[in-house]
Amino acid sequence: MTATLEPAASTAVGEVPTFQVTLKIARYIPSDAPAPAYGEPVPAGTARWDEFQLTVHGTDRVLDALHQVKWDLDGTLTFRRSCAHGVCGSDAMRINGRNRLACKTLLKDLDPSKPITIEPIKGLPVIKDLVVDMEPFFASYREIMPFLITGANEPTKERLQSQTQRDRFDDTTKCILCAACTTSCPVFWTDGQYFGPAAIVNAHRFIFDSRDEGGAQRLEILNDKEGAWRCRTTFNCTDACPRGIQVTKAIQEVKRAVITRTF
Amino acid sequence: MQTHEYDVVIVGAGGAGMRAALESSVRTRTAVISKLYPTRSHTGAAQGGMCAALANVEEDNWEWHTFDTVKGGDYLVDQDAAEIMAKEAIDAVLDLEKMGLPFNRTPEGRIDQRRFGGHTRNHGEAAVRRACYAADRTGHMILQTLYQQCVKNDVQFFNEFYVLDLLVDHDLAAGQVPDHEEVNVAGVVAYELATGEIHVFRAKSVVMATGGAGRIYKTTSNAHTLTGDGIALAYRRGIPLEDMEFFQFHPTGLAGLGILLSEAARGEGAILRNSTGERFMERYAPTIKDLAPRDIVARSMANEVREGRGCGPHKDYVLLDLTHLEPAHIDAKLPDITEFARTYLGVEPYTEPVPVYPTAHYLMGGIPTNVRGEVLRNGTDVVRGLYAAGECACVSVHGSNRLGTNSLLDINVFGRRAGIAAAEYAVDATLVDLPESPAATMSAELEAIRTRQDGERPADIRRALAETMDANAQVFRTEESLTQALADIRALARRYRSVSVQDKSRAFNTDLLEAVELGFLLDLAEVVVVGALNRKESRGGHFREDYPKRDDAGFMRHTLVYRRPLTDGPAAVDGDSDGPFALSSQSDGYQLVLGSKPVSVTRYQPMERKY
Repeated sequence: MTATLEPAASTAVGEVPTFQVTLKIARYIPSDAPAPAYGEPVPAGTARWDEFQLTVHGTDRVLDALHQVKWDLDGTLTFRRSCAHGVCGSDAMRINGRNRLACKTLLKDLDPSKPITIEPIKGLPVIKDLVVDMEPFFASYREIMPFLITGANEPTKERLQSQTQRDRFDDTTKCILCAACTTSCPVFWTDGQYFGPAAIVNAHRFIFDSRDEGGAQRLEILNDKEGAWRCRTTFNCTDACPRGIQVTKAIQEVKRAVITRTF
Repeated sequence: MQTHEYDVVIVGAGGAGMRAALESSVRTRTAVISKLYPTRSHTGAAQGGMCAALANVEEDNWEWHTFDTVKGGDYLVDQDAAEIMAKEAIDAVLDLEKMGLPFNRTPEGRIDQRRFGGHTRNHGEAAVRRACYAADRTGHMILQTLYQQCVKNDVQFFNEFYVLDLLVDHDLAAGQVPDHEEVNVAGVVAYELATGEIHVFRAKSVVMATGGAGRIYKTTSNAHTLTGDGIALAYRRGIPLEDMEFFQFHPTGLAGLGILLSEAARGEGAILRNSTGERFMERYAPTIKDLAPRDIVARSMANEVREGRGCGPHKDYVLLDLTHLEPAHIDAKLPDITEFARTYLGVEPYTEPVPVYPTAHYLMGGIPTNVRGEVLRNGTDVVRGLYAAGECACVSVHGSNRLGTNSLLDINVFGRRAGIAAAEYAVDATLVDLPESPAATMSAELEAIRTRQDGERPADIRRALAETMDANAQVFRTEESLTQALADIRALARRYRSVSVQDKSRAFNTDLLEAVELGFLLDLAEVVVVGALNRKESRGGHFREDYPKRDDAGFMRHTLVYRRPLTDGPAAVDGDSDGPFALSSQSDGYQLVLGSKPVSVTRYQPMERKY
C-alpha cells in the first residue's frame, strides 16, 4: 500500500518529495505535570488526543515525524527510541491500530489523506504518552529461563552444531524484545498473566537449540495454564513482529513439543 | 535523594558493561546502571562479525591478527594491547559460544568464519577468513547472549538511570593534583528517568562502559542515545581524553540516512562502483580492493564523489553492488542489511545496486586506560578504582583507525578484563568518603535547565552542531574547516548556557535529558576539533588536506586533551607533554590543554601503509 505522493511545487529534479501528514497522538499526562507547552491545558493524570500537522519527506519514518513534533512543536511529547533502524526494539507503538516500530514504518507507506493515529502498545501500564511500563514484559521473559542450560562438562573448544541444527532455531534468535507481538495479543490484553508470544519465542530459541539441555524444564513452565495453551492462534503476533519472525508457528511448535516431548 | 552502596558499579549495559558485569557479579556485589534497557544498547546494531584467529576455515594465527590491527590503526595502536586483544580473541569467541551464542557453522559444525576489511593472511598477502559471525546480526546475538547470562546470574540492573556525575576524591579538574598522588574513585551520581529522582551510588570500583558519541555528527550510524555521556563526565572531572580526533567514518551508510550496511557485504563479495560503473577501489588498494580498511575506503568514496564520479541526481553517493551474488547467498549471509535497503530506500539489492556514502560510526579515542582497564589521569598515573571499557575507552587497540569486527572483540576482551580488575580491586579496597553534597553540582544544573522559562531550544543547537561537524570535521579536514567548526561549537556552547526545555515535569522527562546529553556532545565536539587542529598530519581516520602525509617524527604520539581552568601563564600539564603537543586552546571560562602519551611499539616498526 503506497500512497500517491504530491510533490511540493518547489521540488527540484532528484529532490526527495515532501508531503503533508497529520499525526493524531494519544497523550497521557502523569499526575505531576504542569500545563503542556502545546495545545489546551488538561487536568493532570488524564488522557487526550493531540493532532499535529507536519511537512515530511518521502524517506521519513514515523519516528522522524515524532521527533519533529518533540523538537519543534511540543517538547513534552514522550516516547522511547534509540537505534532508529529497527534493531534495538525501543519504539514499538500502535500506528493506525497496528503494532509496529516507529523507526521502521515509512510515512509514505501510510495513507496521508487521513490522520495517522499513534498510541502506546496495549496491555502494559502507560507511564507517560507513548511510554509503557516494560517490567511485566521482561518478568515473563525471565521466567522461561532465557539462557543456555548445559551439563557439567564443557568442551575445550566450541560445541559442535551442524548447519541444520543451527537453522532449526534461527528464526527465533531474531527477537529484539520490542514487545510488539505480546502487546498485539488479545489473550494478553484480557489476561496479563499470560506469558505472551515474546516469552514463548525466546523459550523456543533454546528448546530447539541442539546444545541446550533445559528444554524439558522450559516445557514444564509453558505447560502452565498461563503458558503456551492460552494461545488462540489469531496470528496478530506474527503480523506485528518487525523482525518477520513466524511467531505463531513457533508457539505451535512449542505446544507440539509439550505434548510429544520431542524437540 | 537516595544513596546506594556497592562494591562495583558499572555504568552502561552494552556489550562491554555486561561482559564486565558477568565477571564482577560472581566475585563481588555489583550493580549496573544503564540509561536504556540493556537489550536496547547499540552493541545490538553491530552486524558483520568478531575476529579471532580460530583458523577454523583456513590457516591463521593471532600474530597476523595483531599485525593487521597495528597496520590498520596506522601504527598509532599500542602494540602490547593489540597483542593481548588478538591472543584473547580466541577464548573470547569460545566463551561466547559456550554462553550459547548461535554462530553460523561450517559443514563440520565448527564456528564459521568470513573475510573482513583489513584482516589478512601473513602480513597483508591476501584477505583471510577470520570473522566469526551470526548472519549479519552478530552484535544482536552478542548483546542478547550477554543479557541472557546476566539474567541467569541475577545481575542487578538499574534500568533507565542516566549517569550525571563521576565522583573522585580529588578535584582533578583544577589541575593542582601532583603526579603520583593517590586519587580514588568514590562513586557516581545518576538520575532516575521514571521519577526524576537523584541517586548517589557509592562504590569501591566504577567501570565506565557508556559507548560512543556518534551524535556529534549529522550523518551517523549511531543511535540517538550515543551522546558520549561517560566520556564527557570523565573529561569534566579532570581526566584527559585520548586521541579524540580519530573518528571512524564507515564507508557504507545508506546514502542520506547514515544507516549502516555491514562491511560483511563486501566480505561476501559486494563491490563498490562509481557513476561509470568502475570498481574504483582497484585504483586505491590494488591488493585487497574493496576490503581495504574503512578509512581508506571512506576516503576513496568521498574522493570519487568530489571528482564528479558520484551517482544519483546530485552525484553525491556511490553504489554498493550485490547484484552478481546469488539471492540465496544474500538471504543466508546478509538478510538484515538487504532488508534495510528495501525498507528505507526502496532498493532491491538482488537486482539494483544500493546508494551508499560514509557515515560517522566509531570513536577510536576516549577515556585513556591501561590493559587492565584502569583509567589514567595523565600519561602514567591511574585513578584507583576507576575503569573504562568499550567504545568510551581508549586502550588503545584501534589507534587511528579501527578494523572492522575489532570493536565487538574489544568489548569482550577489555570488558572482561575491566570487570575482573574492578572486582578484584574492590575486594580489598574500602569505600572512599563521598564529597560533601555529592549531587549538588548536577542537581543545580538540571534544575536550572528544567525551570528556565524562556531560552534556546536544545534541538536547534544540536542540529547546528551536527551540521557544522559534518561540513567541517568529517572525512576531509583543513585548518580552515576545523577553525570554522571550533568557532561554531563555541558559539553554540554560549547559546547552550541559556538552554531551556518545554517539559517542566519530573516524571520521564526525556526533553530534559536530551538537553543534558547535548551538553556532553558540545564538550566532546570541541575536544575532537581541537585535537584535529593540533594534529598537523594525516593518519588513519584523521585526514588533513593541508598535511596529507603521516608525520611520525612529529605526531607518532597519542593526544591527551585536559580541561583546565584559565591561567595567566602557560598551563601546567602533568606527564609527558613535550614536542608539538605542549599547547592549549582557550575556550569560554576554561582551556583545553594538550598533552601526549608515547605509543607502545613492540614488534612492528612503522611502515608505509599500502593495501
